[in-house]
Amino acid sequence: MDHTPAGTPGWQQDIFKVLKEGNVRQIAYVPDAGHSHVIRSAIADPEIEDIVLTTEEEGVAVVSGAWLGGQRAVLLMQSSGVGNCVNMFSLLSSANFPFFTLVTMRGEYADFNPWQGPMGRATQGALELMGITVLRASDPSQVEEIVRAGFDAAFEAGERVAVLLGQNLIGRKKWERK
Amino acid sequence: MNTTTEASGGQAADRRQFVAKLLGSLPDALVVTGLGSSSYDVFAAGDRDRNYYLWGAMGGATSLGLGLALAQPDKSVVVVTGDGEQLMGIGSLATIAAKQPRNLTIVVLDNGHFGETGMQRSHTSLGTDLVAVAKGFGIPNSFAVESIERCGEVADHAAARKQLTFVRVSIEANEPPRALPPRDGAFVKNRFRAALGFASF
Repeated sequence: MDHTPAGTPGWQQDIFKVLKEGNVRQIAYVPDAGHSHVIRSAIADPEIEDIVLTTEEEGVAVVSGAWLGGQRAVLLMQSSGVGNCVNMFSLLSSANFPFFTLVTMRGEYADFNPWQGPMGRATQGALELMGITVLRASDPSQVEEIVRAGFDAAFEAGERVAVLLGQNLIGRKKWERK
Repeated sequence: MNTTTEASGGQAADRRQFVAKLLGSLPDALVVTGLGSSSYDVFAAGDRDRNYYLWGAMGGATSLGLGLALAQPDKSVVVVTGDGEQLMGIGSLATIAAKQPRNLTIVVLDNGHFGETGMQRSHTSLGTDLVAVAKGFGIPNSFAVESIERCGEVADHAAARKQLTFVRVSIEANEPPRALPPRDGAFVKNRFRAALGFASF
């Protein structure tokens, strides 16, 4: 059954395709509009456990536990969530867990909300400080390739990788409710 | 000084004896430990390939147990942690309740204190009732035990894998001899995976 509403951006569909083809069995997330297709698809897929988190650092531990149990799992979050994860990231490097996260960016492109700026500007640096390799996708046509490259580095080479999804992919948030 | 938690009415189990009896009844369980004394208790009960010891990542034990329980639904997963570690990751109980993994048992050794840092009082000495919290988050099978006599009941829940279980164990606020598990997280991870038949990656 196709759960894709009309108007779902192709790059979001590409991301779920990479995860599904890569045999991801658990998707842990704090929601974001940019992740909405992947979250919806995970909920609809009987082979994938969807795990909604109260805070993002739980997801770092969840995906590590999944790996201990022989499954691939990924973490979806916004850039603000990266700040919540910092100490929990030490789990990944202390035990060389493979790790793959997709981070939708805030505070970098026509953002209406200045409160998103500080963590948005620190996101890449915070990840790199904690030993996580950062890739970025800003062009819809390149999302699939970059996500696939990061995914393979994580699960084929055992690395820790974040792919930042540029805010321009998601576009301007509409603040007026009609 | 009364060093047991208020809610227990003064009765409390010996942590080493309780953990040793519990894990002795669950030879095939996959075990995750929260950092600090809980890790020492589990190691002191006998090192096993199917133990995963945390030495950091405070607040992460139950979340790690969730990912593991979902990945291995036909095995009993037991998280053994302390009140301080559980409190730091308290929201994870909501995350776990939303999934209701039937094979997950969370055992919180509650002495009402932060044992590793000099026995400062924790929130469970200051009014927090972890069983009420767990029930409120959506884990109906949550209960407290105050002595080793009910250890078998906890083991039965874990072995049965019929429902998500949360247990608060009142323990004495003492510090047993150090028993330090391996600190090489990659070694312990690869050993754990190998025991389940998985390659390192």
